[in-house]
Amino acid sequence: MIVTRRETLTGRILLVLLMVLTVLPFVSLFVTALHPSGTYPDGLSWPSSPQWGNFIDAFQAANMERLLLSSALIVLGVVPVSVLFGTMAGFAFGHLRMPGHRIGFLVFVLGLTLPFEGLITPLYYQVRDMGLLNTRWAIILPLIGLFMPFSVLWMRAHFITMPDELSEAARIDGASTWQLFWRVHVPLARPALTSLGILLFLWTWNQFLLAIVLVDDPAKRTMAGALGAFQGQWGTDIPLLCAGSLLILTPTLAIFLIFQRRFVAALLQGSLKG
Amino acid sequence: MAGPLAATVEPVTGRERRKRRPRPARLGWLFALPAVVVYLTFVIRPLLLTVQYSFYDWNGIGAATWTGLDNYVRLVTDPELSGTILHAFELILFFSFVPVLLGLAVAATIRQIAQSRLALVARTVLFLPQVIPLVAAGIMWTWLLSTTGLINQLLSGIGLGSLTRAWLGDFGTALPAVGVIGAWVQIGLCTLLLLAGMSKIDNSLYEAARLDGAGPWREFRSITLPGLRQEIGVCVTVTVISALASFDIIYVSTQGGPGNATMVPGLEIYYLAFAEREVGMASALAVALTVLVLLCVLPIQRLTRDGTR
Repeated sequence: MIVTRRETLTGRILLVLLMVLTVLPFVSLFVTALHPSGTYPDGLSWPSSPQWGNFIDAFQAANMERLLLSSALIVLGVVPVSVLFGTMAGFAFGHLRMPGHRIGFLVFVLGLTLPFEGLITPLYYQVRDMGLLNTRWAIILPLIGLFMPFSVLWMRAHFITMPDELSEAARIDGASTWQLFWRVHVPLARPALTSLGILLFLWTWNQFLLAIVLVDDPAKRTMAGALGAFQGQWGTDIPLLCAGSLLILTPTLAIFLIFQRRFVAALLQGSLKG
Repeated sequence: MAGPLAATVEPVTGRERRKRRPRPARLGWLFALPAVVVYLTFVIRPLLLTVQYSFYDWNGIGAATWTGLDNYVRLVTDPELSGTILHAFELILFFSFVPVLLGLAVAATIRQIAQSRLALVARTVLFLPQVIPLVAAGIMWTWLLSTTGLINQLLSGIGLGSLTRAWLGDFGTALPAVGVIGAWVQIGLCTLLLLAGMSKIDNSLYEAARLDGAGPWREFRSITLPGLRQEIGVCVTVTVISALASFDIIYVSTQGGPGNATMVPGLEIYYLAFAEREVGMASALAVALTVLVLLCVLPIQRLTRDGTR
């Protein structure tokens, strides 16, 4: 390939600049968190005596262990069920293709771009009438529904690429449709399933609107919702707020860094399909 | 679950009366049923109710009174309400145009080093803003943009101390400042999506262009841009939706203030429905927002999907 050295150099510099721009806010958050609690430090200055204790204070102030548990419970409630329902419907629309599957699928596609704010008001009264306000179910059940368009679309896109011959062969061996689905197609769909699971995990963990509208107690919210409450309570104590925000970010960042390849691939594909 | 389903299937597969594989409609819909039920309950029903509420005056507790199109008339005539929609459009500039244009420029510049180690690291780093909750991005930037924050520190550092201000508290700069937060969140995603798209363009096209003596700009216009139609469409769609339906960032950074300078439809719906108890008005705005999103997204989809493949 014909590439001039000057071009690669500009590219490298630009890329490094962009990375600095991305990381700088995190760095500012980190150094600010080390300043004495209650002070108003400069945006980017290393404290004379780093207060590592701020993280412990914030851990206790934010009730971190309860927040982690709550978010984990909500994720456990949302993700497996959404993936299962989405996969079954995706299998039906993409592979079984029963009469009416086109219209059925179209109805799901329509829901893809609906902003959550457009549904939140009736959702509040609906959840209230179900007696679920202020419980984790108030976040879990609506989220499963709200994630359905994407989950179905995602899994249908996978199943539509699977050759019919595969199913023919399984049926000749006497497999029922459920066995065909569960034993043959689900194992083959593992990459698509993992990516979907990662995306849904992220969207659940970061869900804010539903959490603040439907659940008052921060200890029963998602991480993002709890962070909103933490800011409301400690917003004036900048170092503590920064320490708390960092703590609340840590689990997501850790999981992201561990599974980064899958994450990046999932996010890229996710936005391409969505 | 396996039991009853298997039972309904057995006789069908056993019969084999048609040459073609039997596809009983009932079975297919049985598979789709759970998804359909939760979707109808938590998306379609609320959607229809929003439309219904929008024709009423209701405080959420007492009886609702039918008011016809009054809420919509107020939406158009009340500058405070219609202003929220204008703000959302202004945010598109920052949430969408800036990240897509910058992303294009960056991706085109770093195309040749897309396989280098540096670019691999960048893939991870540039995704960070997409992984963290928007609320966290909001909190972070509220601090950066505050009076003693990093932005003002940098400005003073390069001798522009006269420009320093509380960016999110100033009527003139609050909305652009919120926009900057959104741009920061989106730019990494756009860059990486566009870069991924560029890697799919046949390299021999570039080789040929170079041999013909084309410069980088010519190359970009004649090869890169047309090849990226679909990816650009995706970037624009995702970011435009995030601008029109923005909520999290503004909720934590300005709460719509100062005054109403950064009030957007999503936040106004929240206040109207849950603080001011004007459920009808909130719903009318919700319908308007939903329609707006659809009106913006559908043409983009059509423009970019046609012609490809």
